[in-house]
Amino acid sequence: MNLFTPISWNDAGFILTGVLNTVYISVIAILVGTILGLVLGFARAEGNKAVNMCLGGVLDILKSVPLIIQLILFSTFIGAMGYPLDPFVAGSIILSLYTMAFMVEVFRSGFDNVPHATKKAARSLGMSYWQTVRHISIPIGMRSVLPSWIGVGLSVIKDSALVSVIGYMELLRTAEQLISRSQQAVMILVGVGLFYFLISYPLSLYGKYIERKMTR
Amino acid sequence: MIEIKGVHKSFGDLEVLKGIDLDVKKGEVVSIIGASGSGKSTLLYCINAIEAINGGKILVDGVDVHDKNTDKNQLRQNLGMVFQQWNSFPHLTVLENAALAPQVVKGYSKEKAEEIATKELTHVGLGDKLHEYPTKMSGGQQQRLAIARALAMDPPYMLFDEVTSALDPELVGEVLDTLRLLRDDGMTMICVTHEIAFAKEVSDKVAFFHKGLIEEMGTPQQVLENPQKERTKQFLSKVL
Repeated sequence: MNLFTPISWNDAGFILTGVLNTVYISVIAILVGTILGLVLGFARAEGNKAVNMCLGGVLDILKSVPLIIQLILFSTFIGAMGYPLDPFVAGSIILSLYTMAFMVEVFRSGFDNVPHATKKAARSLGMSYWQTVRHISIPIGMRSVLPSWIGVGLSVIKDSALVSVIGYMELLRTAEQLISRSQQAVMILVGVGLFYFLISYPLSLYGKYIERKMTR
Repeated sequence: MIEIKGVHKSFGDLEVLKGIDLDVKKGEVVSIIGASGSGKSTLLYCINAIEAINGGKILVDGVDVHDKNTDKNQLRQNLGMVFQQWNSFPHLTVLENAALAPQVVKGYSKEKAEEIATKELTHVGLGDKLHEYPTKMSGGQQQRLAIARALAMDPPYMLFDEVTSALDPELVGEVLDTLRLLRDDGMTMICVTHEIAFAKEVSDKVAFFHKGLIEEMGTPQQVLENPQKERTKQFLSKVL
């Protein structure tokens, strides 16, 4: 009896689960990372030195420790504390925080790009501080950071493959399992690579398109 | 009525205003002239509560501008301000630029705000540009937009801070024409300006600032044609 069975159409459902899980965790990380990044980016742009020192320190740790180490440390630590987390939950938390760390800088530079004089003009019309934030700073600042926001989003989609190390069944891990069963590593990995490319390339083209449109 | 009483203002050790007294009555046009750094623009910022003051008092219709209980946002609705740089909102069309504050600050419906904005924009000659983006327009057009944007809040007073200084010479005329239009409407205005001929033509009162003080003040004829003070004469001989 043959120990290995080649991949077939019966594996489609299994692969699809992996695809969906990759999309799922990426969307969560980008969503949470964007919301937290927007709030903290605003705090960094408008906040005083003390706020910036504290935030900057935490963010530097998140940005400089490799994601794979953060994932392993976090899930091991939580497990050792006696609260084992589902790999999906643990992965979502770490990937979201990691995304947030980069989004903070994206949004901070966006807020820094809004000219002081433009905000002053809004205030001179009687708009309050928060009305100015809502109607002037956010729309002007966000427009200028759309290309870099897409850039961070793209790397998150690719980085989500690392969540496989703590046992989350995303695309790479489903692929690994199929490889160990079928021994068709090259074919499967090419397929997986193609999938990441098909998601990322159109997005990066779109980012470049917006960038060109804005510099005109 | 705007009453400025003994106003002092310092930036650090530098005293920019050293006791300014100036009254602006309803319907009056007051021009402030003087060399750069004489405190002209700073005074406008103090009237609008963009800058705090270190002494004295500014009353707008009896309301103490710098009292900590004064609602600054409420106050600024009565003081339309136009800056040297037009500061258009680049993400909004011309119409949206002028309709934003009436909508957000006064809580008007979009329709009502746009109706008011359209009226003011047409008044300053931008009626055919409503749906364009300001970044595509000339400096003169953007400055007229800034004026219409301020007018859309229906302020009883308008403050102009060197509104033609950043413009190319050929665009200055259209903005001055807009200011003449406002004067003819009976608007109360304080104009900080380098355009001496314009100040002579439109003003009821001219104040010459020198080093944080009003050196000479009076009708345009008194101050600009027949100045009494040596410093005023010197300044005018340089700029005319």
